[in-house]
Amino acid sequence: MNPLSRYDPIVEDPAAFHDACERPLPSVVRVNGIKATPDRIRRAFESAGVEFDPVGWHEGLFRLGEGESPGNSWPFVHGWVYGQEEVSAVPALALNPDPGERVLDCCAAPGSKTTQLAARMDDRGLLVGNDNNLGRLSALRSNAERCGVTNLAVTRADARNFSLKPFDGQPFDRTLVDVPCSCEGTIRKNPDALDNWSLDHVEGIAGVQKGVLERSIEITRPGGTVVYSTCTFAPEENEAILQHALENHDCRLLEYELPLEYVPGLTEWNGESFDDSMRRAKRIYPHHNDTGGFFCAKLEVAG
Amino acid sequence: MSDGSDGSADDAGGHDIDGEDQDNAASTNEGSRFDRLPATATDRTVEGRATREEAVGWWVERFGLDAERFEGHTFWEKGSGKIWAFADDIDSPAEVEGLGMTFLRTRQEHWKPTTDAVQRFGRDATRNVVVLTRDEARAFLRGETTDPDWDGDWGYLIAAHEIAGETEPVGVGLYLYGELRSQMPKGRQREL
Repeated sequence: MNPLSRYDPIVEDPAAFHDACERPLPSVVRVNGIKATPDRIRRAFESAGVEFDPVGWHEGLFRLGEGESPGNSWPFVHGWVYGQEEVSAVPALALNPDPGERVLDCCAAPGSKTTQLAARMDDRGLLVGNDNNLGRLSALRSNAERCGVTNLAVTRADARNFSLKPFDGQPFDRTLVDVPCSCEGTIRKNPDALDNWSLDHVEGIAGVQKGVLERSIEITRPGGTVVYSTCTFAPEENEAILQHALENHDCRLLEYELPLEYVPGLTEWNGESFDDSMRRAKRIYPHHNDTGGFFCAKLEVAG
Repeated sequence: MSDGSDGSADDAGGHDIDGEDQDNAASTNEGSRFDRLPATATDRTVEGRATREEAVGWWVERFGLDAERFEGHTFWEKGSGKIWAFADDIDSPAEVEGLGMTFLRTRQEHWKPTTDAVQRFGRDATRNVVVLTRDEARAFLRGETTDPDWDGDWGYLIAAHEIAGETEPVGVGLYLYGELRSQMPKGRQREL
């Protein structure tokens, strides 16, 4: 049985949902504002005969034509663009850091969101990119360097025990918590994403997610912002994790703008109830905008 | 969480002016301690360590950049002679895996800029920039030696090309005996 069928009661249009999950995704690139502008990339693609289309909701994203590979072009060599799925651009927009702030990306590698945050910070202030895997950290560093990022400090730690010691012991203004997850929403890009799916795995990874979100709230200053995101549909990894944080930490969910189609977070799943404010979280299904699947919530740490 | 980008190591490969492949010294094996460069020679406590004044001065002198361009950056050494540029500041020594971007290598007699730094800061360079033709730029990106039209200095140059109406740096070239040796790191080489 298709594990995604468990979401039929919540996706509103199960047939459209399953159809979309079967279709491959186009390659998308994000413009790296540290090194280029959408206009210059448009001109470079045009003169090189690269097929592309703008993405309506975000001027810094381009969908590439079939068969176009983002890695094989001059704009990629120059670090002007980064291959990044459309919906994965959402959490950095929700976090919305300003130049000069102190920002943590606690599960950063390989760096699509980290480099997007650096660009939104205009490469100024302190951006910490953390991951616990050395190989993935190497990818993070090389991607950040290709993008011309100079405000990034890279650390290697389990995000559940992240230490502020190298950073004066001072908390962050904003923290991105883009946790490891069961990746159900990437099925269009990785058709084997669900091969080893099990509820045990979902519940196991949920324990890690709780720990990462809790530590992130602790090391973000009062009044600061935490964004929690996954590329999965499972409420066990989304609303249930936020519910745990709301019950155990002084924080609240915030509304945020997003010019995409989505549905609100769930207030109920399999007999479990969640706080009403969970409706401020956003669920993006593949049939909504012809993208991958995503979940994203914005929190304020009480101050 | 994967996003189709490659995970190549930084700045490996290429031929150095001394014939030694110093870029192959893997940064991950050098511990994870960064020391902030002393501002000037008077502040120096570690013998032989480059100063901030020298590191910035080298870029200003070599490429005609404005020193103000680097005002907001701090400069750090990790391992021997590998200088990093960081847009903020933290306590030194810093126990982190990476701090900003690799910027300059000062271990050899002739200092060498990194590909990443040339791409990031080289756009404003006013000298020692060799502008390659379309075919030369492609060969350079493949890591090949080319024979561009150049009658300026020998040594490390910024290799650039014209794209979308402007000149854009591609990487570092070593100009010797009438030819330009591409220093493009192996992980950044491409066939376009």
